[in-house]
Amino acid sequence: MNDPILEMRGVSKTFFGIRALRAVDLTVYAGEIHALMGENGAGKSTLMKILSGAYRPDPGGEIRIEGHPVRIEGPLGGRAAGISIIYQELSLAPNLSVAENIYLGREMSRAGLLARGAMREGVGPILKRLGADFLPSTLVAHLSMGQRQLVEIARALHARSKILIMDEPTTSLSAAESERLFALVRQLRSEGLAIIYISHRMDEVYALGDRVTVLRDGRLVGSLDKPEIRADTIVRLMVGRDVSSFYKKDHDPEAGRGHPVLSAIDMADGQRVKGCSLTVHAGEVVGLAGLIGAGRTELAHLIIGAASKTSGRLELEGRPVEIRTPGEALEAGIAYLTEDRKALGLFLDMSCLDNINLAVLGRDAKLGWVLDRDKARERADRAFVGLSIRAANVGVPAGGLSGGNQQKVLLSRLLAIAPKVLILDEPTRGVDVGAKSEIYSIIDNLAKAGTAILVISSDLPEIIGICDRVVVMRSGHIAGEVTRGPNSPLTQEDIMALATGMEHIDA
Amino acid sequence: MPDNGASEAQPAPATTNGAAAETRRQRMRMLISALGMLPVLLILCIGFHVLSEGRFFTGQNLGIVLQQAAVNTVLAAGMTFVILTGGIDLSVGSILAASAMAGLTLSKLPELGMLWLPAALLTGLGFGVVNGALIALLRLPPFIVTLGSLTAVRGLARLLGADTTVFNPSIPYAFIGNGSLTLIPGVASIPWLSVIALFVIFVSWLVLRRTVLGVHIYAVGGNESAARLAGIKVWAVLIFVYGVSGLFAGLGGAMQAARLYAANGLQLGQSYELDAITAVILGGTSFVGGIGSIWGTLVGALIIAVLSNGLILIGVSDIWQYVIKGLVIIGAVALDRYRLQGSART
Repeated sequence: MNDPILEMRGVSKTFFGIRALRAVDLTVYAGEIHALMGENGAGKSTLMKILSGAYRPDPGGEIRIEGHPVRIEGPLGGRAAGISIIYQELSLAPNLSVAENIYLGREMSRAGLLARGAMREGVGPILKRLGADFLPSTLVAHLSMGQRQLVEIARALHARSKILIMDEPTTSLSAAESERLFALVRQLRSEGLAIIYISHRMDEVYALGDRVTVLRDGRLVGSLDKPEIRADTIVRLMVGRDVSSFYKKDHDPEAGRGHPVLSAIDMADGQRVKGCSLTVHAGEVVGLAGLIGAGRTELAHLIIGAASKTSGRLELEGRPVEIRTPGEALEAGIAYLTEDRKALGLFLDMSCLDNINLAVLGRDAKLGWVLDRDKARERADRAFVGLSIRAANVGVPAGGLSGGNQQKVLLSRLLAIAPKVLILDEPTRGVDVGAKSEIYSIIDNLAKAGTAILVISSDLPEIIGICDRVVVMRSGHIAGEVTRGPNSPLTQEDIMALATGMEHIDA
Repeated sequence: MPDNGASEAQPAPATTNGAAAETRRQRMRMLISALGMLPVLLILCIGFHVLSEGRFFTGQNLGIVLQQAAVNTVLAAGMTFVILTGGIDLSVGSILAASAMAGLTLSKLPELGMLWLPAALLTGLGFGVVNGALIALLRLPPFIVTLGSLTAVRGLARLLGADTTVFNPSIPYAFIGNGSLTLIPGVASIPWLSVIALFVIFVSWLVLRRTVLGVHIYAVGGNESAARLAGIKVWAVLIFVYGVSGLFAGLGGAMQAARLYAANGLQLGQSYELDAITAVILGGTSFVGGIGSIWGTLVGALIIAVLSNGLILIGVSDIWQYVIKGLVIIGAVALDRYRLQGSART
């Protein structure tokens, strides 16, 4: 193979006295897709931030690009060294046009005036090369998530980057958009770019990866070449042990199915949800599947009163209930785990302790209003042990935790109210393999204890792995239901057929 | 505290020299952020003491500083509640004037005179609750709503006294404006105005740090959408904080009325809101909400009072005092930015 384009030798980074990265050696070649895997907190984002210039590595290590030692400093340092990063949360200005975003920070001007026309022409060829179906003058706010990603890639190419780092790029993409992205990534590889592809999803790593490097606890624990890439090998490297039963489902749907706990009848919001009914029984895990935009999250928001409904009613344990706000839902025993934990779930500046106790502060309080700090502390300590949340202590701000641990903190808040109904919206999004399997076993235990659980997920293997039956939504309607029979397991094909409205598809 | 050890004995892997140094740096940073502007306050005090040839640290001068800081401390305490939710209250100066006018007017009625104090407080609370209701229920931006009431309430304050100065040399409870609480007879005493200010700070601390409502205030400021989904009644929290800000402005009005035996609807409390905001920001409370403490606000209010007093002591002209105070405000916001960089938002 040719000379490496990027070489990292003995790169370390220390925070709060904890080594986030320990002497990592990473070699990346031009024209390869290098998958980087590891649990959340394994050091992937630290490594990335060092390459972007957001963090400065500890003294002692060395970074070489095309054989030359470089120092990457400041937010523009990475781009200057030829490295572009496409973050999970895209960093585009939605109020500006595609061309303005691509030129952001390097605007063209003529006689001191912004040269909008020239900028639009300048990005034309790149957009064409990427097969974009939108114009340089389109506002980014009008683009879909997949199209926005394309703009990010165009920005990287425009800056003549040689190394492209993609951080879980398919998280918010539909299946079709993901396929298009894969084709594009392969095209970029053949054009000679080095691509570092960070993902938790095994199928993507199979489909794309030429090599896989696995990080664990800040160490590089192994690099695999194409022929060696196998699920069991990767998972063993990532968690440091065998993960025998990944999806945990011990609760017995036949014996365990109890009385109906939550019935939503003919729910509609006049826009995205058009008359949906579903029932969840005690001790049952029901999957809510569908394509992105099918209205699953919107339906959940209607049930918990976070959005206002134009029609429909709810029954809780056979009795009609009126729920107008999320607060009333919690009081009734319906808890909802949001799909967007940073924007809608956690208080990043507040301690884990406060985040965990938030929903029960009033119930625990002395004299009605005075915080019971001992009780709060106990509850947080118990959650830390019970859900094995890994953080220095319960007092650290939630924003400093890794994705999996943040999710567990948020889940602890909901479990504190001992819910009758638990609605989980993408419970394992952006969560590493280890935490995923922990979350599955939490769900399983709750079902065993009689909680009615509704899981919204775009990850079909996950839905099939943990659910007893699956309700499928398509464009605001319930398209149908897939049940597990004694001899007929749930299949991805059945679910996709309902979700897309086709008899059979090749997924 | 139950079981402290278990949670804090979490993985702190073997540290090398570099790691230990990083830990020290982090500790230092946390210490700096906890102390906030306290070192600045101390340096200012010592500096003025030296420059004024020993006239700063005298019992009499410290009493003056405390007294001068009192009203602004009370206003800034209310402002802290508001800014912690990510809002702003520009109307406190006008509410202070209206409350003082209402109180003084009532104090002249022979049979109702004793009720002037609660009347001033209720006037402030009322205006604050109206602000809060407009912001919380109609979802109007706090800046616009309180900018409106800054003007409208000022007009009402003038209306109350028919645009004249209202005097009452025999106002009941005048001691709170000019009396002192004797701590050690003949040796140490503290102005009642300062006692009230410290009491307000203490009560605010209790509410913010020891009650459910306090956590909800921080939560609304930290992430309003998440607070709503978590079942917090965001509207109630907002009405509460603007109500508190109005109530404390009413208290400030009562303090001023008792101190001056008089109030003028046009002049009283002009641009007090700016001093209150400055104190809060100097105290490290972030403009975006969710981060800050009431003790910082106390330090911020003291810095402003020390600055005014010290600049007069060393004979800086009135004009330059404006320039210097303005620069302090900008410096404070620069500090705010610097602190945010070190926080957990990533």
